[in-house]
Amino acid sequence: MTTSPFVDASQAPTSFPSDAHVATDTPLGAPDSDPTRTRTTGVQGRAALWAATTRATLRTLAAWLPALALLAALIALWQWYASQPQIDAEILPTPLAIWRVLVAQRGILWANTLVTLNETAVGFGAALATGLAFGALIDASPWLRRALYPLLVTSQTIPIIALAPLLVLWFGFGLTSKAIVIALVCFFPITVAFADGLRSADPDLIRLYRSFGAGRLRIFWSVRLPGSLPTLFSGVRIAVAYSMIGAIFGEYVGAVAGLGYYIELKQHSFATAGVLAAIAVVAALSVALFALVALIERLALPWYYAQRRA
Amino acid sequence: MDIAGDVDPAPFAEIPPGYPPPLLRVDGVWMRYRSQRGGWLSALDGVNLSLAEGEFVALVGPSGCGKSTLLSIIAGLEAPTGGEVVLRGEPGVQRLGRVGYMPQRDLLLPWRDALGNAIAGLEAQGTPRGEARSRARALFADFGLSGFERAYPATLSGGMRQRVAFARTALVARDLLLLDEPFGALDALTRASLQRWLGAVWARLGMTCLLVTHDVDEALLLADRIYVMTARPGHIRMERRLADALPLADDALRARPRPQSFLMRPEIAALKAELLATLTSELADEATPTGAPTATKGGAR
Repeated sequence: MTTSPFVDASQAPTSFPSDAHVATDTPLGAPDSDPTRTRTTGVQGRAALWAATTRATLRTLAAWLPALALLAALIALWQWYASQPQIDAEILPTPLAIWRVLVAQRGILWANTLVTLNETAVGFGAALATGLAFGALIDASPWLRRALYPLLVTSQTIPIIALAPLLVLWFGFGLTSKAIVIALVCFFPITVAFADGLRSADPDLIRLYRSFGAGRLRIFWSVRLPGSLPTLFSGVRIAVAYSMIGAIFGEYVGAVAGLGYYIELKQHSFATAGVLAAIAVVAALSVALFALVALIERLALPWYYAQRRA
Repeated sequence: MDIAGDVDPAPFAEIPPGYPPPLLRVDGVWMRYRSQRGGWLSALDGVNLSLAEGEFVALVGPSGCGKSTLLSIIAGLEAPTGGEVVLRGEPGVQRLGRVGYMPQRDLLLPWRDALGNAIAGLEAQGTPRGEARSRARALFADFGLSGFERAYPATLSGGMRQRVAFARTALVARDLLLLDEPFGALDALTRASLQRWLGAVWARLGMTCLLVTHDVDEALLLADRIYVMTARPGHIRMERRLADALPLADDALRARPRPQSFLMRPEIAALKAELLATLTSELADEATPTGAPTATKGGAR
């Protein structure tokens, strides 16, 4: 194995030279003779992993460039089409007109955004709590799985569109009815992802822990829970993308504030540009929430991304 | 295949009076599973073996002969259908947590660094973290892992991962170390290097080891005594002590690692031929189709 002065030492952990100790004939110890690896994977292993995580984040940003370019092209096309004389600006406003509404109404939009974000936080928090609880219960025993799973699936067949007005009737125009809609939409992907993640634990690893004399609880905390996190995060990402839609829908049906309420008001007064401005805010918030979860995931599971690169 | 009626409880070799009881005694252990078609599959049929304190014993057999099942039973992971496992003179004692079990795959936790993985077994047994870490650190020096304490498994080579896994098991193995084809998943060069390393570690730490393998050379390079196991149903067909085959002083026989040239000695070559003949006679039986259902590893789950 050769070490080149041109190779970034911090990249060493991701390369896999074959066993350096094969050639050494010292039976005990078999020291790995490569100083590069000792330095980077030894004391600074965590630092190198973090540096690698940062590089991965930059790579992800670069990967988004094509999407951003396509979005810009679509907006330009829209601008050109909507500017044609035969197009009624009341029916299809130009992106520029929408932007002007966004700027002019920023105070009102911001106030409504805070309301919606608050509902999303409460509803999503409830969804996370119930999702984790149901996921753990489903995993706890085959009996509970058989009892709970069909009910949970059934809960997803209920059309929220029919239920939401009833929720307003039962829980009022305030926070509670919205939080329930959001939780109903979001808890299922979290439940399924958590239960699947717990189930995916390597049976050989569980046997090994049993041979250590570990009990069920120890195996859960040490093996199954950490191993379930990558799968759980996939479910949380899906759920967080749904959460804004849930909030808007809940408000649309009956509310006194929030972006969904704003959209409904503008819809009724045929202020198309206002509707689209609020939709743009919702879309931006959804992407931001999704990105936030992805960032938390990267920071929480550096080992997972290191492993995937390997 | 119904074997319920005719298990032969072969009398175990008598221990001379005044002699210490063996560390481990497997006495007439048999095991059968219900097959998917409703019949019985016999995995083990009256297995007898014993290990003395500090001994290195190899169990050689073809795949599917039930040697992994036997190891699971000795580890306490599975209960035998019949027979007894006696550890330090205590029959049927709880062996989980006392016997170190080392599977073929390293099974390191990817979210823990090397030291964190090495202490996983001690931690599972409730050893305080600080004490576990200092014990593991001491062993890392012995195992040639110093400097890699903070490295994540994904950044380690296969041989190093296996040594970390070995440290994890060695730390919890108070009485006995069970090695289930520990080098089976490694390339030939790494395997040879780890075999030499294991021999040296064993000679130095004075552990009692039971190694399961299908590699006769591996058994001859590492063991004091070799059992040959044959399949359908699994039972011990042959037992050989290297001391009987080789006119050497005890010290010379206990020296590890044995050089590769050890296998070239005429006595060892003859022993190897004998072991292989027993193993291949089994394979020849297998070539004549009998249509009888056989026990497989998969049945153990």
